[in-house]
Amino acid sequence: MKVGELLAFALGALRGHRLRTSLSVAGVAVGIAAVVALTALGDGARTYVVREFSSLGSNLLIVIPGKVETTGAIPFGGVTHDLTVADARSIAMRVPGVVRVAPIAVATDAVHWADRSRSVPILGVTAAYQAARQVTVASGRFLETTMAQGGGQELVLGAKVAHELFRGSSPLGRIVRVGAWRYRVVGVMAPKGRSLGFDFDDLVFIPVKTAMRMFNRTSLFRILVEVPSADELAPVKRRVTRLLNERHRADDVTVITQDAVLSAFSSILGVLTLALAGLASVSLSVAGVGIMNVMLVAVSERRREIGILKALGATNRQVLGAFLAEAVVLSTTGGLLGLAAGAAGVRVFVAFYPSFPASPPAWSIAAAMGVAVAVGVGFGVWPARRATRLDPVTALRGR
Amino acid sequence: MIELENVCRSYTVGDSEVHAVEHVSLHIGAGEHVAIMGPSGSGKSTLLHILGCLDRPTSGRYLFRGRDVGTLSDDERSHLRQQEIGFVFQFFYLLGRLTAGANVELPMLFAGVGGNERKRRAEEALEAVGLADRIHHRPDQLSGGQRQRVAIARALVMRPSLLLADEPTGNLDRSSAEEVMGLLEKLRGGDRTLIVVTHDPEVAQRAQRIIRMSDGRIGEETA
Ligand SMILES: Nc1ncnc2c1ncn2[C@@H]1O[C@H](COP(=O)(O)OP(=O)(O)OP(=O)(O)O)[C@@H](O)[C@H]1O
Ligand SMILES: [Mg+2]
Repeated sequence: MKVGELLAFALGALRGHRLRTSLSVAGVAVGIAAVVALTALGDGARTYVVREFSSLGSNLLIVIPGKVETTGAIPFGGVTHDLTVADARSIAMRVPGVVRVAPIAVATDAVHWADRSRSVPILGVTAAYQAARQVTVASGRFLETTMAQGGGQELVLGAKVAHELFRGSSPLGRIVRVGAWRYRVVGVMAPKGRSLGFDFDDLVFIPVKTAMRMFNRTSLFRILVEVPSADELAPVKRRVTRLLNERHRADDVTVITQDAVLSAFSSILGVLTLALAGLASVSLSVAGVGIMNVMLVAVSERRREIGILKALGATNRQVLGAFLAEAVVLSTTGGLLGLAAGAAGVRVFVAFYPSFPASPPAWSIAAAMGVAVAVGVGFGVWPARRATRLDPVTALRGR
Repeated sequence: MIELENVCRSYTVGDSEVHAVEHVSLHIGAGEHVAIMGPSGSGKSTLLHILGCLDRPTSGRYLFRGRDVGTLSDDERSHLRQQEIGFVFQFFYLLGRLTAGANVELPMLFAGVGGNERKRRAEEALEAVGLADRIHHRPDQLSGGQRQRVAIARALVMRPSLLLADEPTGNLDRSSAEEVMGLLEKLRGGDRTLIVVTHDPEVAQRAQRIIRMSDGRIGEETA
């Protein structure tokens, strides 16, 4: 009996028991679909978080004015010193192992052009911001001011502001107004999308010193300090803190690292992945038991058929082969359907949450299919062996 | 052709033993037509199953064409059934999901006969039982007599030397029974031996030899 004939025979048998066949195929399919969908979501969550964080720039220290850990820790009568551009310059010049320093000032104001205006966050930055945050310019250039220079009246538009204000015409070289101040547009950012709830396309950049003057601010919002590698984060963090404490004669700044947050997330995600793997294996074994059940029922319901086949000269191996072929066909069909259903489900999900990068990882597809077939064959062998062991006369009597 | 020496077959039910076949010694030559009669439970089917290598004697020896069947492995017995023995049963035992043609092809499938030849020989066999036009019909689309004729075509398609029939007319009316018996006799011919278990004296009368069984033993034989 050739493999093709065996498969044809198995297919015939499966077609002859439509309800049972479709139920068990559905069982396997649900199991596999669950595996595919769960791993897609788990993997998506991981990719999402990692991407969000790395989109903020890697190897960054963030200096925040004030003490964050203990609220109200500034002693009565104590002074919270401003975080200034001078502080930032001093970090750049005096702390070894710093790649670049990017001071940031923030306020919200309306940007006017022609008869249109849009209220957006205004970020006062220097040229260093572009590299530290890894943002790219779509047209024109980014700001070129350094901390040493004064301000200047240049402005870079986020992709969304540019579109809203200029509606397709080129903003480069145009003069826009922010409050009473006029700025020349020198660049438009490439779209970056939302990240951790903040829309990086709906903002404008102006030189940090100009921003401080315009907003009448004395303190920066943040100072970003980039170090060459993750190993440098801890020592540089210590040096920066010491320097600022000296300058302010008080312990009044907070220095945080992104990677602290990231590692907290990654351990959470590790647990999540484990949980998903557990769920997936449960649903797969349920599918396996389903196949075994179907095959067992098939064997006892079809004792007479087995008897007939034996009376007609089928060898034990041929009967075993026929039942195994059924199990394989069942589990492969179920597996493929499950893959399709799982992939479709993930697609629907992504259609609703486009920013969530859910796609079933290749390893999970391979594992799901492999396990489906292994489970089908594994759980099919035992009933099939029972089928072949049946004594032909008893089998012929049926029941 | 068939040599039984002191063959017994007993079943253990609980702590009692049921002797379905007891001390049967028998010789059946090639080409003979034999009928086995006897009351219900007398062991006719059991004997037939032993003759067809579907069952093994508990004791005694069974020589089929000179080979001691008791010493054969499962696979060798399967092979023997495949090549040498055809079965016809009271309840036809066709596979309901397969067409008449596919049912007839089954024994050739297990014997490894190629697809085209299987088709050709299945057609031939159905032709021989007068059902060439029903090749694509499933059993539930055929009458009882037609089903039994399909079963006969299936039993004969491997050209076995021994044809065993267990009450082949038990479920048929008189005219279908006549038809089926006529076919079996016609297809016996040459060296092919036919052994029929039956309750019907009229069916039995057609045989050259009648073996009567009661309580697992064979009684007088009438010629
Ligand atoms: N698997 C079994 N276990 C126990 N006893 C059995 C078994 N098979 C058959 N028997 C017994 O063996 C005896 C012979 O049974 P068998 O089927 O050969 O009778 P039979 O002559 O064919 O009867 P019928 O004409 O009703 O078909 C019966 O008493 C039956 O109860
Ligand atoms: Mg009987």
